[in-house]
Amino acid sequence: MNPDTSPPMVEAVGLTKTFALPATTLFGKARSVTAAVDVSFRIPRGRTFGFVGESGSGKSTVAKMLLKLEAPSAGRLLVEGEDIFAQTPAEELAYRRKVQAVFQDPYGSLSPRMRADRIITEPLRAHGVSRREAEDRVPDLLRLVGLPPESARKYPHEFSGGQRQRLAIARALSVDPQLLVLDEPVSALDVSVRAQVLTLLREMQQRLGLTYLFIGHDLAVVRYLSDTVGVMYFGRMVELGPARLVLRHPAHPYTRRLVALAAGDAPLGAVRMQGELPNPLSPPSGCLFRTRCPYADATCAARLPEMRPVGPDHLAACHHHEAVAAGTKAETGPLLQEA
Amino acid sequence: MTLPNEPLLVVRGLNIEFGPPERPVRAVADADLTLAPGEILGIAGESGSGKTTLCSAIMRTLPRSARVSGRVEFAGKELLSLSEREMARLRGRDLSMVLQNPMTSLDPLYTIGNQLEEVLRERRRGGAEVRPGGAVEVLRRVHLTAPELRVRQYPHQLSGGMRQRVLVGMATAAAPRLLIADEPTTALDASIQDEILILFRELRDTAGSAVVIVTHDLSAIRRLSDRVIIMYAGRIVEEGPTAEVFRAPRHPYTRALLGSLPRIEDEEVVLQPIPGQVPDLARLPPGCAFAARCPVALDACRAERPQESTVGERHRVFCWQAAAGGAA
Repeated sequence: MNPDTSPPMVEAVGLTKTFALPATTLFGKARSVTAAVDVSFRIPRGRTFGFVGESGSGKSTVAKMLLKLEAPSAGRLLVEGEDIFAQTPAEELAYRRKVQAVFQDPYGSLSPRMRADRIITEPLRAHGVSRREAEDRVPDLLRLVGLPPESARKYPHEFSGGQRQRLAIARALSVDPQLLVLDEPVSALDVSVRAQVLTLLREMQQRLGLTYLFIGHDLAVVRYLSDTVGVMYFGRMVELGPARLVLRHPAHPYTRRLVALAAGDAPLGAVRMQGELPNPLSPPSGCLFRTRCPYADATCAARLPEMRPVGPDHLAACHHHEAVAAGTKAETGPLLQEA
Repeated sequence: MTLPNEPLLVVRGLNIEFGPPERPVRAVADADLTLAPGEILGIAGESGSGKTTLCSAIMRTLPRSARVSGRVEFAGKELLSLSEREMARLRGRDLSMVLQNPMTSLDPLYTIGNQLEEVLRERRRGGAEVRPGGAVEVLRRVHLTAPELRVRQYPHQLSGGMRQRVLVGMATAAAPRLLIADEPTTALDASIQDEILILFRELRDTAGSAVVIVTHDLSAIRRLSDRVIIMYAGRIVEEGPTAEVFRAPRHPYTRALLGSLPRIEDEEVVLQPIPGQVPDLARLPPGCAFAARCPVALDACRAERPQESTVGERHRVFCWQAAAGGAA
């Protein structure tokens, strides 16, 4: 990475998001669920940051904050050095043009009653561009994402899944954004189509200098697109570093398990996640992963591990990563949560 | 064909059409398959390849507008000619299906526990009492957190992935003779995916159930199934022992499908998309449906539909090139 004095495209500092649950729960009293705690990372301009983690790990919560669909409970989110939650209305409007999103479901995210040309120019129209001018851009946008010009007059149901996702990408690109939030953009697509859309995303990034926040659960896909990877577990970041290092030589026991599972060449059942998922309403003491970690011991139940360097630009939050990496830590099994 | 066991399921010449008879859309064409008791079969193919329609025909859950011909024999009974009542008696107990859409397969008005207990009662066929903890036990086996809480909850209080696991739990708890699972692990995390697949294998090992798993997740098929069927544009294009098909695929489409999976070469992730689009089922070409995207297609492929050729022990392929001695 080049030494760069300008602020990164995105910088998250101690981002935290807590949701209050209604007081009328089965438990009778008000509770809260923490979706993200103390999440920090940065994305240089033109690069991709990949978020990895299971459902409920808080990746989408962070993405929603970047899109200003949720506000953080604590911490700061800076884009090009400016706090996006301290914007004037005019700055906010400009920001909403700068950041766009592509979601998982190409069926649910396109209005079935709009023609393709209207779908892809809607963001432009929302930002005050005249209808004429917006329509002029349609052929270019379609060409950019590899759709034939006659697609302009079609409705979403006339497109295949992969073409719909191309349409969603064209819509996102219509306002010349600098930052794209890609939340599982290929997960709903067939494998052959998936490869087409991923190739398109990489090409768009190179051609337009875009910065990506990419959320995915397929590690090979994440590695294909990402420069840096952050691994989330129940709201906390447990590992952060260059994609090749994290996904090839993972340091955290959780990432190690994910990578082994994703390798997919081991016979079924050879790699298993042991133990029990923590209860988000009453998380375990110490390390959140201890209820599923093969290496957990008393230290893990007593203290929450901090993120610390484990290699060049590579951080992990595990008390025992040195011993685990050296193969000298005994697999004593997970420490289950006391009732 | 000789089989080690009496087959549990035999499908012969199955055709399924939709749309006006003068311009039919053939969702499934000339499908043949045989499944032995305790066998696990994977069916792979892209959306629109007919894999879900094929399974719905076996379950007799196709919409009324579908025109079905051919034979579907399950344990010696011809299913397509059974009355709705006879069919209902088979479903759930002998034949069970995990559907693709977990949102609509659970009754929104009953708790998860109620619905699970109903399945467990059915399994005991009106006999013994259901153990009070039975429903909780089912949820624990599909790795749901806080199962004691989940049994008291309604479907809308669970996430999509949780509902999917409830359905898998229900379908396997009934220990059917044949379980059909349509995309059972899509949208689930890798760790949970494997646990669900292991559950299917245990069902086979303990209850002797046969399992058909329909998915576009080739890794799931490779690791779980004994045999695999690859479908393209409504037709079976290759069928064979899973290990053999994955090691040495014979149909160019199978090869392209396997090639489109991300793989790592020299530290880089390599992707090889299949060029072009899946053809429109209403306007299929006269020859091989894959010819337009096939790297080795000849004029003969575009002119005439390939016939079945046997390329190994219970390994068959529909490709002129493979028949001629292996497409290069």
